[in-house]
Amino acid sequence: MANAALKRRRPKYLSLTALLFEIRLPLPGWVSILHRISGALLVFPLTAWLLYLLDQSLVSEEGFNHIKDHYLQMPVAKAGLLVFIWAFCHHFCAGIRFLLLDINKGIELPAARASAVLVLGVSLALTAYFGYRIW
Amino acid sequence: MVNRVVVGAHYGMGSWLAQRITALIMAVYTVIVAIVVIDEAPFDYAEWRELFAEGWMRVATLLFAASLGWHAWVGARDIWMDYVKPDGLRLALQVSTILLVACYLGWTVQILWR
Repeated sequence: MANAALKRRRPKYLSLTALLFEIRLPLPGWVSILHRISGALLVFPLTAWLLYLLDQSLVSEEGFNHIKDHYLQMPVAKAGLLVFIWAFCHHFCAGIRFLLLDINKGIELPAARASAVLVLGVSLALTAYFGYRIW
Repeated sequence: MVNRVVVGAHYGMGSWLAQRITALIMAVYTVIVAIVVIDEAPFDYAEWRELFAEGWMRVATLLFAASLGWHAWVGARDIWMDYVKPDGLRLALQVSTILLVACYLGWTVQILWR
């Protein structure tokens, strides 16, 4: 089965170069690590930023207009919103996939692969849609 | 008779379940609020203010914030437990997470009931 060349490179240890260049994560693995990364981003700093936006937009009419007509018109703020939208959509879609896996829906390999592709695709499509709407 | 087992494999079960229940609460809130917001957009200040003055919206948003806090605590703790090995540093990060979540909750209440 395994040829000699492959065998010589065993065992393989985890290192930064191994993680970045040698270990190929399968797509469900990407969904999983991106779920964790997007979750971390949502806890900090994105929740703080969104609370700031909600606060300013509700405190007064000037605050609302400033957020709407100036603050959120800045490219960097729009880019931040785009990051938020992707992180939220990915975390949402991947989370629903995990909930279904928890109740044993779609745990066979072909179904799990297909749902991983679906999660990555749908969250990118939603990001593109909402990105288009805010831009 | 109280017979609590202080070691064992089942102490994460409560957190695991809480994370999933809070996820469902937040998912339902997200879908409802997204539909309302997309349906009624664009907002001017008066309409926006009115939306967050509704009783159901305030209570639902507070429920969302509480769910987020609990969900985020479980998730953040998982990350610290997976990647941060020194006990002191991990404890500091966990305490910081609790403080951050508490600040978010306080801020949310302040925004909603001003």
